[in-house]
Amino acid sequence: MKVKGAIIAAAAVMAVSTAANAATLDDVKAKGFVQCGVSTGLAGFAFTDANGVWDGFDVTFCRATAAAIFGDANAIKFTPTTGKTRFTALASGEVDILYRNTTWTLSRDVDLGFTFTGVNYYDGQGFMVRKSLGVKSAKELDGATVCIQTGTTTELNLADFFRANGMSYEPVPIETNAEAQQKYLSNACDVYTTDASGLAATRATFEKPGEHTLLPEIISKEPLGPLVRQGDDQWADISAWVLNALIIAEEKGVTKANVAKLAADGSADPEVNRLLGKEGSYGDMLGLPADWAVHAIAAGGNYGEIFERNVGESTAIGLARGLNQLWSKGGILYAPPFR
Amino acid sequence: MATISSTGDTNFRIGMLIYDTRYRSYTIQIIALIVFMLAAAWLVSNVIQNLALLGKTFSFSFLGDTASYDINQRLIDYSSTSTHARAAVVGILNTLLVAILGCITATVVGVIAGVLRLSNNWLIARLMTIYVEGFRNIPVLVWILITVAVINETLPAPNEFRGADSDASPLLGGMLVLTNRGFYIPAPVMGDMSMAVVIVFLLSVGVMIGFRRWAKKRQEATGEILPLFPISLAILFLPTILIFFILGMPITLEYPELKGFNFRGGVFMRDSLIGLWLALSLYTGAFTAEIVRSGILAVSKGQSEAAFALGLRPGRTMNLVILPQALRVIVPPLISQYLNLTKNSSLAIAVGYMDATGTLGGITLNQTGREFETLMLLMGFYLVVSLSISMVMNWYNERVKLRER
Repeated sequence: MKVKGAIIAAAAVMAVSTAANAATLDDVKAKGFVQCGVSTGLAGFAFTDANGVWDGFDVTFCRATAAAIFGDANAIKFTPTTGKTRFTALASGEVDILYRNTTWTLSRDVDLGFTFTGVNYYDGQGFMVRKSLGVKSAKELDGATVCIQTGTTTELNLADFFRANGMSYEPVPIETNAEAQQKYLSNACDVYTTDASGLAATRATFEKPGEHTLLPEIISKEPLGPLVRQGDDQWADISAWVLNALIIAEEKGVTKANVAKLAADGSADPEVNRLLGKEGSYGDMLGLPADWAVHAIAAGGNYGEIFERNVGESTAIGLARGLNQLWSKGGILYAPPFR
Repeated sequence: MATISSTGDTNFRIGMLIYDTRYRSYTIQIIALIVFMLAAAWLVSNVIQNLALLGKTFSFSFLGDTASYDINQRLIDYSSTSTHARAAVVGILNTLLVAILGCITATVVGVIAGVLRLSNNWLIARLMTIYVEGFRNIPVLVWILITVAVINETLPAPNEFRGADSDASPLLGGMLVLTNRGFYIPAPVMGDMSMAVVIVFLLSVGVMIGFRRWAKKRQEATGEILPLFPISLAILFLPTILIFFILGMPITLEYPELKGFNFRGGVFMRDSLIGLWLALSLYTGAFTAEIVRSGILAVSKGQSEAAFALGLRPGRTMNLVILPQALRVIVPPLISQYLNLTKNSSLAIAVGYMDATGTLGGITLNQTGREFETLMLLMGFYLVVSLSISMVMNWYNERVKLRER
């Protein structure tokens, strides 16, 4: 009887959790907001400010998506997810789109049943240590205690890196960035490893950031981007083209400040006109209003503006554009043409 | 339903299925069964349909794939090249380890606290009340987090042990190293002939049990009481110590030493294990204390008065008269406390202890995306463990329960 009960309970959980599928856009329009999965709290990328309002790099992309659909960057709700819960949240339909520093990998794209719709941050896994340890390279970390966020690709990269270099280590699995920070600061681990952007963001929140250093090795490719459930191409296209539109906007010099004026007056550049809905019917193709990109850009600015405001060199996090610079300026950020 | 009407009973009418008390209970039961089976069938078909919609098949083949992640506490050989199945076993063993350690400690703590709470000493009784109420009324997850945070924040980090005039130093002449990453104790190193020592010790245990049985029989026959404790102790340890020195000390101790980032050598008990073990034991111990207290109070006062009148000392009264009777009351609720402790151990991931929920239901689930299969396995595991504990404890309950004579 108990066994039977357990199976029924499991079945009930599954039945409830697998609801949404296909036509996500219709569901989203019906409920009036986009449900976006973000990190539980990572300075610069996704955090709540003093008023409890979500802000950050990933959050702004979510808001731009909502703005493209509803014309309102606040027609959005956020679900904080851990590295462990994020995929279940997306697969079950609890969130419509996941913007959570998630690495695009083959198995996630294919086997887990998701579609990655682009890359909004090109990252790589790094190591942070105390300067007082005197460690200059990740190759000197034999025997170290390493804090890792569980359920991430970093966990697997770490295992590979230490095995490839014939070193041993003591993994300390942690659920959230905040817990990892507490463990690392209390010296319960020597090293904290995650994506380099996450390390920089975390270090910026330390009382004495200068006492910690990032080791030069970047041991993996971590293309971080948005993902949606597989099987709904329209929704995947919207997610992809909101991101592309923000990149094209930076390329073409469309900013938060001038987007309204350009949309009203038109531009000499036909691609800008197409982007802003003055020419063609690109909104219709996506199932969105003609001026969707105008709202998306007005939400938080173009890609460059979003980057600079949240994680750029003028912020406490101080990340350089690096790979995330436009292709025309030495980076690898490259959006397909808008036509 | 039509088939029932053709039973051959000439006076049977359909209405009797509801109005006749001879048939009514059958009708209700059959309807309930049909509803239950329909609900079950709907749930199962719903699961199959939704899994198909998600494009997921139901298969356990992922268990044979390479796990690719590392686990810190391994009771068996495991590396990142091992399979997910092996990772699950490592996690299961970790769960069992902390559950067994926790149940033992919780029992010891609970019995002591329960007895002391009945103490005539006002201070001791009140202190135990504070312990019981404090631990019972705060969620166990909070206790787990607090315990580990205390270990992390207050104890010295390994590198504070470095150098001649270091801030921290090992305790008990190097026998015990307390760091904020866990505790180290020396590990025994088995040399040649060490098996002889182990065999002698096991023989001594057997002899000691035999001796205690014989002494009990002798006491029942003659009424003479032997000094059981010192003799048992001597039987247990003297031969082993003798053979140990005769063979030239084949078992040596390996002391933990600071090498690189951490101590190496010895037995390492991680902060997560210690914290989880301690918090679970103290939390469950508080409940056990109340169960023990209720068991003792359930024994009528006349029993202890009679024992005192016969001239038994308080210690013997407790051991020979009160506790055997109290056990009848104590054991059944104690079973559910053991079950609770085992199930609560699944909170381990909060402090990074890699139990079955952390490996199979955590990283494996996340890396393979097989939520349904992994959770089924996990539920099956906890069910088997819980039922096994129930079985063992029920067997024990049968033994201690009151026999009508």
